[in-house]
Amino acid sequence: MGYPHAPHAKETVVLSQYFGDAEARTYAGWTKRGGYAALRTALGMTPVEVIEIVKASGLRGRGGAGFPTGVKWSFMPKEKSRPHYLCCNADESEPGTFKDREIMRWTPHALIEGCAVAMHAIQAEVGYIYIRGEFTEAIRIMQAALDEAYREGVLGANALGSGKRLDIWIHRGAGAYICGEETALMNSIEGRRGNPRIRPPFPAQAGVFGMPTTVNNVESLTAVPHIINRGADWYKALCLGNPKSTGTKLFSVCGHVARPGNYEVTAGFPLRDLIYDMAGLRPGRTLKACQPGGSSVPILNRAETESCLLDYEGCVAAGTMLGSGGLIVYDDTADMVYQIMRLARFYSHESCAQCTQCREGTGWTVRILERILSGKGTMGDLDLLLDIGAQMTGKTICVLSDSCAVPVASGIAKFRGEFEAYITGARKPVLAVA
Amino acid sequence: MQATGEYQPAFTGERRRRLDAILARYPTKRAALLPALWIVQEAHGWISDQAMVEVAQALDLTAAYVKGVVTFYTMYHQHPVGRHVIQVCTTTPCGLCGAEGVVEAFLGHTGCRDLGATSPDGRFTVVEVECLGACGFATPVLIDDDFIESVTPEKVPGLLQRYP
Repeated sequence: MGYPHAPHAKETVVLSQYFGDAEARTYAGWTKRGGYAALRTALGMTPVEVIEIVKASGLRGRGGAGFPTGVKWSFMPKEKSRPHYLCCNADESEPGTFKDREIMRWTPHALIEGCAVAMHAIQAEVGYIYIRGEFTEAIRIMQAALDEAYREGVLGANALGSGKRLDIWIHRGAGAYICGEETALMNSIEGRRGNPRIRPPFPAQAGVFGMPTTVNNVESLTAVPHIINRGADWYKALCLGNPKSTGTKLFSVCGHVARPGNYEVTAGFPLRDLIYDMAGLRPGRTLKACQPGGSSVPILNRAETESCLLDYEGCVAAGTMLGSGGLIVYDDTADMVYQIMRLARFYSHESCAQCTQCREGTGWTVRILERILSGKGTMGDLDLLLDIGAQMTGKTICVLSDSCAVPVASGIAKFRGEFEAYITGARKPVLAVA
Repeated sequence: MQATGEYQPAFTGERRRRLDAILARYPTKRAALLPALWIVQEAHGWISDQAMVEVAQALDLTAAYVKGVVTFYTMYHQHPVGRHVIQVCTTTPCGLCGAEGVVEAFLGHTGCRDLGATSPDGRFTVVEVECLGACGFATPVLIDDDFIESVTPEKVPGLLQRYP
């Protein structure tokens, strides 16, 4: 639901049903709401049966890449000869995104249950929930729920009396956006700098500690118990657009809106309804632009926003990506040049600095944008930005570099006039540097 | 904050027991490095070179390796900080909602001359952070371990009173 606001009639509330309901945080409250029934069911199935249900549901990774979750699980070795690991990616750091935070704060047992079902499916005895270091409250709540789950016998040497060992530990991050990249996350769990690894090998072959590993996002894992309880067909039927995108998706709506919050809608929902009817613009304002999938996806202008459908294919058709579902809204008061510089600064700060294109490119991008904002830019700077962006795209170990180039390129393409106004002097400089 | 003079080891008593419990969760000693550094920071307020040596010895690593990890992660303090550390998010979604005014208010009311600097009375250090992951609650602020939502410049003086 549109937490912290009342649910909106156009939402399809599944994952967010108990947001704001503090009783749901406890084991007693959670089981009263049907919690851990799915884990019981799953533990009575073979791992392959669980994987087949999740595959059939069409669930796709909610962290940003949209890879089918069941297919990812099926890449794990069927014959277990070494330890298998689950890593839950709770490093939610993509600007604009704050859904995993609410899942952990309000329904910690839902995530534990999702992790436990996944661990059964991939034959892992140990799972690590990697939570970003800044989420102090979410860490406290998750730890309290894990303590309860051990006390109640859900986890431990004999999980729910199944004879199987299931251990889940929290691994606290320490301030690094890049650790949300799955191979950097595994390095961080291993006690290393959070540098992404070159793939292959993929995590299912050699992941954390060199062992077969699956990395799943919080929201993906939290959807799994619902699929086990209500069936793949129910989940698959939650679809308003392309049949390749199913289920519900949480959208974290923020920026220039009247009612920021998490809204849960069915795949294929119209973006315009989410912005205009649900989160709402501020009084008297009009929409200028948005990024529906977090700060790293191409910026949409107003016309593109109004025709975009919120599923993986609909976003691509509109020229952007569904990403993590962090919807950043810019109204007519937004200075797009300044905001894009601010995004570039984020990526420059967060570059792990392994790859030259990213380490240097993100810094150059910031400096050129600052030069433009200080009134000292030239028209050639816009081509220079695009040229650097092209050199930063598709050439590095991970996509952080691309993520910086993308909003810059789409921003220049769609709001070129705002950049030119700073360059010609039609607009007063807002920065004193460079 | 750590007193000057002889280094007081962090991994004694209850903290040593916590480290041992953490070591049991991982197949390698190295994997306990981030949790171990959190324990040290909790004990001393920051992570000194001597603390890195202690951590290295506890986990069979080199001090240079530990330093390499400490310097990668922004939440580990490599210098002494104020009694309370204030982290204000100023990334785009919060920036759209006035985060820069919140930073100004914190700097003004704490007496910190600049971002990253500690106030003359040693009470506060104010830093800007990139995305705290609570963009719908602009502007989120982390004071020590307290995550505070929807901070506006007007709320800053009252908030600071809670942190003597």
